[in-house]
Amino acid sequence: MEKSREVESRITRRSVLKGAAFASAGLVIGFSLPQRSFSNSQSVQETFGPNAFLRVARDNSVTIISKHVEHGMGIFTGLATVIAEELDADWSQVKAEPAPADADLFKNLAFGIQSTGGSNSMQNSFLQYRRAGATARAMLVEAAAARWRVASAEISIDKGIVMHEASGRTASFGELVDQAAALPVPEDVPLKDPSRFRLIGRDDGTVKRLDSPAKTNGTALYGIDVKLPGMLVAVVAHPSRFGSTVRSFDDSETRQIPGIVDVVEIPTGVAVLAESFWAALKGREKLRVDWDETAAEKRGTDEIISNHRALLDQPGNVARRDGDVETALARAAKTVTADYSFPILAHAPLEPVACVARLSSDSCEVWSGDANVTPLQMKIAATLGFRPDQVEIHAVFAGGHFGRRNETALEAVEIVKAINGRAPVKLQWTREEELQNSVYMPMYLHRATAGLDDNGNLIAYSHRIVGKSLLLDSPEFAAQFVVNGTDFTSVVGLATTSYDIPNILVESHNAVVAMPAATWRSNYNKTYAIETFLDQVARAAGRDPYELRRSLLARDPREKKIDVLSVPEPVKDHIFAEHPRELRVLELAAQRAGWGEAMGPGRGRGIALAYAYSTPVAQVAEVTVADDGKIKVDRIVCAIDCGVAVNPDVIRAQMEGSIAFTLGSALHSEITMTGGAVDQSNFHDFQVMRIDEMPKVEVHIVPSAAPPTGAGEPGGVPVAAAVANAVFAATGRMYQSLPFGTV
Amino acid sequence: MATTLTLNGEGVSFDVDPETPLLWVIRETAGLTGTKFGCGAGLCGACTVHVDGSPVRSCTIALGDVQGASITTVEGASGDLAEAVRKAWIALDVVQCGYCQSGQIMAAIALLEQTPHPTDADIDDAMSGNICRCGTYQRIRAAIHLTARTIEG
Ligand code: FES
Ligand code: FES
Repeated sequence: MEKSREVESRITRRSVLKGAAFASAGLVIGFSLPQRSFSNSQSVQETFGPNAFLRVARDNSVTIISKHVEHGMGIFTGLATVIAEELDADWSQVKAEPAPADADLFKNLAFGIQSTGGSNSMQNSFLQYRRAGATARAMLVEAAAARWRVASAEISIDKGIVMHEASGRTASFGELVDQAAALPVPEDVPLKDPSRFRLIGRDDGTVKRLDSPAKTNGTALYGIDVKLPGMLVAVVAHPSRFGSTVRSFDDSETRQIPGIVDVVEIPTGVAVLAESFWAALKGREKLRVDWDETAAEKRGTDEIISNHRALLDQPGNVARRDGDVETALARAAKTVTADYSFPILAHAPLEPVACVARLSSDSCEVWSGDANVTPLQMKIAATLGFRPDQVEIHAVFAGGHFGRRNETALEAVEIVKAINGRAPVKLQWTREEELQNSVYMPMYLHRATAGLDDNGNLIAYSHRIVGKSLLLDSPEFAAQFVVNGTDFTSVVGLATTSYDIPNILVESHNAVVAMPAATWRSNYNKTYAIETFLDQVARAAGRDPYELRRSLLARDPREKKIDVLSVPEPVKDHIFAEHPRELRVLELAAQRAGWGEAMGPGRGRGIALAYAYSTPVAQVAEVTVADDGKIKVDRIVCAIDCGVAVNPDVIRAQMEGSIAFTLGSALHSEITMTGGAVDQSNFHDFQVMRIDEMPKVEVHIVPSAAPPTGAGEPGGVPVAAAVANAVFAATGRMYQSLPFGTV
Repeated sequence: MATTLTLNGEGVSFDVDPETPLLWVIRETAGLTGTKFGCGAGLCGACTVHVDGSPVRSCTIALGDVQGASITTVEGASGDLAEAVRKAWIALDVVQCGYCQSGQIMAAIALLEQTPHPTDADIDDAMSGNICRCGTYQRIRAAIHLTARTIEG
């Protein structure tokens, strides 16, 4: 039919990168990265690319190369803002596209590998991209100075126009490309004084998201949209119990379905390949697989909970010890204790896994929105017996990540390998698989105990956590972030509390569960536990929760003597927020929310604080509890200090989004298992937030000149606790087991 | 037997299994990939298209059931209202990952056709079948109100 268009027409090795960013990339012409050139490289002189992070074309466009995958957090826009700022480009001439896989050039400076996560995309790139922009600017100035035979100091750039004021001469970037490209790349170019920023921090609607047009007209390209000539669609029969393997399978009925091309075994199951998704799905229904469940997880959630509970009674790996908690608790006038349980959670990004792999005798290409580019490239190379540079990864837009879309293309590669590369393969997961065969935020149990003295002062605090380690399954991260048996991701937020309590003990156990674990956007269970516990302590002590927190934040936590702190070496020195950044966001949120003002019957206000992803964030929640116990979250006031706010509106959007993500899970989401198999199958029984439950979110960003810190996840860290504390204020009942349900 | 229908204003004919959900015919056969797959069960709204002007989950309707119908996808959504919705979406930078947004926009256009000045409750009613995992709901609501204001002139 006429409207039919093969996406292939825009998927050449080069253009898929552009296609992913923008459907019409205009006249941008290929350029060479220092160590790798694209296939259709044309005259280098037609563009000017002084480094791997940008190029300027004769058509005046400035294309920034994002080393981070765009999962929706606005990083393309953010990195483009940073480069355009230093370059003095006009915002309208800026575009962005994803980087190829090349760890040397594009590693995340916080991880040492090319990877997007941990809310550090802007944090680790800010200076690097500023330098890239400033270097390009210096070369354009130099080129203009040479052309006009004037001193470079007399040249200025305003909104993409290079000027020599005295003579009135001007040139566009495009006109200077050839000359600039011929110059040596200068080193140590000075950066702009932040007082002269005109794009960074701009909040008047000038700096819009670069991906909005493509994402509102259907042209944005995701893994699910990639189509190559001759491509087959594969769906995989996965085992219902984690850790099962294929013993044998019978595909005789499957092969009778029209459109089925092949059925192959792969390490994770049996793949059905067909000419269309629908044929593949119908073929899978007819497939009979005999699973070897010898090593499979056969426990149900209840049994896993009992196993975790047994560990909760035993001392664990010490993550932090200050003073002597046992003695202080024995002496306390009053003790408070609370157990918490957090369910298994699926990430459920709206785009189920969808990626494409193509294999030839000496190269493999994949198209995916996967975050862990370097580990993915290494694993694909190992699977195929290739060198990493024989594996090309085309990053496309990801339909959400949230901790789930890490190395999903590996399975597509296993399939294309199993058919000896005779056709490119698109791997397509269903929603059911996303809930039943995926990676998960594991279940956690916590126990908190506090001791109060006669005056209601908090003198001892002990906290024990039991849950599967997120990182022990990933050697490339475990090496850095598991210390003395303590997985940093299990204890961060608790072991790193800056509350000034004389005696503190934080311990953890790494429970063994066969279900694969992966971090989860905002990973908020620790903050939930400590921040709701604090309100229970405040009530026991007869103190106002906000005032109690203020008093515990009076002193700089770095002055405190800590006996044991099992945290990764690289983060040791910045475990705590600079004092008093936390106090400031707490006070700002309380003030903007009208803390202390009277509320009507059935209504409550709660406050919570987090220092997460190097960012202090505080929130006040307002709730209404109906007579039938149903809670409605009316309003969230959020105060955040994430350093320089590169794109304030993107930061607000990230606060809104992460609040919705966490709140939906706290209200509804839960994965349970019976006999090792997940009970939930789709969005009817794995419930997430919908528009009717979205509270009004107000975001207040603390003005700051400090380097940027995390913004994608911090907003989701304190919100569930703030809401629970609000319900506690309204009803006296504290949710200690999530999801909330009704009171 | 081929199924004949109108897709984005053009008469087309598909010679595929009439039981195939419309979604996959639109995406794989017609090659219009703006319409997304999120759940395959009518629970998320990512696949929302207009069938004879009404919003429909294209994952739960078979090709054979839309014989002779007029289908509009996000690529074909045009006219003053559709353009105003898109403009509002861009003005407020609603999108994040963007994956749900084709469905959100199609649902919003259908809502505004029926109810030019929706209240928050109208919006909740019409849009609660459309999941956004990125949590863009506050802006979706604002963009619908903004469209209502601009259309009014
Ligand atoms: S894909 Fe159709 S409603 Fe979810
Ligand atoms: S923008 Fe990502 S699911 Fe809605």
